[in-house]
Amino acid sequence: MATDPRRQAPRPGFVLNVDRQTPPILFHHGDNFRLEKLPADRSRVIYPAEPLPGLPDPEGSIRDALLNPIDDDPLPSLLKPGMKLTIAFDDLSLPLPSMRKPDIRQRIIEQVLDMAAAAGVDDVHLIAALALHRRMTEDELRHALGDRVYDAFAPQGALYNHDAEDPDGMVELGLTRHDEQVTMNKRAAESDLVVYVNLNIVSMDGGWKSTATGLSGYSGIRHHHNVATMRESKSFMDRHSSELHHSNWRQGEVIKNHGPRIFQIETTINNNTFGYDGPLSVLQKREWEWTARDRATFMGMKKGLDVMPSGARRQIFNSWKAPYELTSVQAGNVESVHEVTLEHCFKQHLVPVDGQTDILTFGLPYICPYNVNSVMNPILVMCLGLGYFFNMYRGKPLVREGGVLIMSHPTPWEFHPVHHPSYIDFFEQLLAETTDPIELERKYEKQFAEDEWYIHLYRTSYAYHGVHPFYMWYWGAHALQWLGRVIIVGGHPRSVRRLGFQPASTMQDALEMASDVVGSSPSITHLHNPPILMADVT
Amino acid sequence: MSKLVKQLGLPKIATSLSLRRVFGALEFPLRAPSTPKGVAPKHRVRTTGGDYDTSWARKKPARIARAAIVEGPMRLVVAGLAAPERNGTDRLLDLPDGPLIFAANHHSHLDTPLMLTSIPEPWRHKMIVGAAADYFFGTKVTAAMSSLAMGAIPIERTRVERRSANLAVDLIGDGWSLLIFPEGGRSPDGWGQPFRGGAAFLALKTGVPVVPVHLAGTGRILRKGRSVPRPSTTSVTFGRPLTPAEDENANRFAARIEREVAALADEVTTDWYTARRRAHAGDSPGLTGPESGRWRRAWALGDRRTRKRRRNWPDI
Repeated sequence: MATDPRRQAPRPGFVLNVDRQTPPILFHHGDNFRLEKLPADRSRVIYPAEPLPGLPDPEGSIRDALLNPIDDDPLPSLLKPGMKLTIAFDDLSLPLPSMRKPDIRQRIIEQVLDMAAAAGVDDVHLIAALALHRRMTEDELRHALGDRVYDAFAPQGALYNHDAEDPDGMVELGLTRHDEQVTMNKRAAESDLVVYVNLNIVSMDGGWKSTATGLSGYSGIRHHHNVATMRESKSFMDRHSSELHHSNWRQGEVIKNHGPRIFQIETTINNNTFGYDGPLSVLQKREWEWTARDRATFMGMKKGLDVMPSGARRQIFNSWKAPYELTSVQAGNVESVHEVTLEHCFKQHLVPVDGQTDILTFGLPYICPYNVNSVMNPILVMCLGLGYFFNMYRGKPLVREGGVLIMSHPTPWEFHPVHHPSYIDFFEQLLAETTDPIELERKYEKQFAEDEWYIHLYRTSYAYHGVHPFYMWYWGAHALQWLGRVIIVGGHPRSVRRLGFQPASTMQDALEMASDVVGSSPSITHLHNPPILMADVT
Repeated sequence: MSKLVKQLGLPKIATSLSLRRVFGALEFPLRAPSTPKGVAPKHRVRTTGGDYDTSWARKKPARIARAAIVEGPMRLVVAGLAAPERNGTDRLLDLPDGPLIFAANHHSHLDTPLMLTSIPEPWRHKMIVGAAADYFFGTKVTAAMSSLAMGAIPIERTRVERRSANLAVDLIGDGWSLLIFPEGGRSPDGWGQPFRGGAAFLALKTGVPVVPVHLAGTGRILRKGRSVPRPSTTSVTFGRPLTPAEDENANRFAARIEREVAALADEVTTDWYTARRRAHAGDSPGLTGPESGRWRRAWALGDRRTRKRRRNWPDI
């Protein structure tokens, strides 16, 4: 491990100018891949940085962070017998894909609990801070926390999913200076100490968003998960330029003044999504560095995926557990900790990019935060492309205003009926009427958010909250306003049109269609993502 | 009979069926000479017990054969008899490359195969096992079999000897991990016995961490005194590796290893957090059971012994 040069001296991300010698570029295409030749001399490809080395002693680093927190007292000094302790943790939407065991949350929570055990704390609850996401299953909780923690707390009802619709389980803490309501899980709000265990995969996560959103309900979340806020978040991956985060931070002030004491633990991981070896390692290599073995692996994998039914492909990809390594762990005061976390996050993800482009391209992978062990439905395709990938910038968007976005994904007309029931109605009924986020928000959001059946499924089954598809749509509101056209290569034509986008069979067709908007010789930039990168556009 | 002997005129000695008595009656040179009292007896090289040379069992052909035995028949037998549930291997992640000392409680002859098939790589196939010199190395045949199948090295438990300890230290220094049962023998009644200082001493000598391991259920399958195994369920729980503190001697470190194994036992019978609470408060139930009469000890064992029953039918 220590002798592997790739781990010792990882190369930073960079921008490649495409010439005639450049090999075809890898595009993720849902649970498959495409190789696309980009036009020479006017295209560039942004490559992510290679994985930074993981911390050599993760357990020791975690312990050190808990004993020497930033702007806060050491955790053992906050733990007293007879106190009410709540440990909240990020849900299954992080990391992506799920990481190999042991999950970082398990490592941290075991150490926190060991300190609580030493202090003689009896009243401990563990809560998956999932806001309006679906509940985690037993297997998913066991994967995130480990069997030891699960078996110690779940049978007694002390380890559970946050329920934002429990009439007896939520409390209102007050209003922000902008009159935004702040609601919180009652158990957490009434605790003497809330230890929040976060896992940052992108710079959007963490900070006050962890508690202000993760442990909140619809009445609190609606103040920042709305079209106006998302359009003012430029981008929501850049916390200091994000209205989404400003609103969360205002809610954080109320929590600080009227809520429980928060001890925040944040972590960052490296870019080792597909591993250095193994069948998927080729996906994090630069194309001209593919060896004969890599090429053979890729071709074999592609041929296999081409003939496989979609269910089997999904199962294979969902079973992949990423060998992520911990690159930093910091604990203590929420705001101070988060600034350090952002530094580590940017160190791995930021790639300097000079100037905007006429056409932005990227391939969408099989997974986004909302389809772990589930189906990537068309609304999530929109959210991942126009929400997450479009916003992977700091400074200004990669694509110029009025430019074209070309993304690659099969976009099947397919939904997980248990996980995404309200998505089906949103897609089949509402998008047939309009794709305008403002109109959707004004006319239908409240109705979906308060629908008794969706609430019942959210609380008792494994369904995302009724309002969740609206949030997915708002996530892309800034991009929808900014872009001149959106084209999906290889997408199911009916699905793509229902989203309000244009389908194209090939990249050549897509570029041809884009020329209507950006002229016949546009500049093209391809975001080679994942592994994750964030463009620092100047 | 004696009438017949008299009739045949046979000497009286031949009527005995005892070989010892037959050969004992023979005279030198038909029997070995006895040493005169005033002369030092001739030194004889013992080739069994603690003196058995196991170096051949660590050569490549023997290691390959042992790997085949462990991964083949031994794993099958363990799976068939013991259906082990293995926990805590994640506690061994992040350790730097190098040997470990695995110290487990001891109930049954099945403990060693169970451990050899449970210890994760990279330690499993570079492993030596501390085995009782008087029991496993009593004859050349048992010694060869123990060395080959388990990678056993003889540990003297009936007399004080440096040779076994020195051999273990040398082998750990060469990168071999050691499996040792610090109780020194199988449990006579289902409860554990106080840990001896061997594992702690070796850790202090070599600087190698000790991994406490708790085995549960093997006593139900093949307890001491029984020769026919009865299938049941077992669990193997690995604890966090321990290193001796600066001011800790072998006795204190051995006591700490025992406490950690007791905490792991508590984790198996209750839950992890309760076990940690009791461990920090020094209240973990001991491995050795209550100080009372035999029946009360057996009675107290009851709730530990029958926590899990093997299912004959799969879950539907």
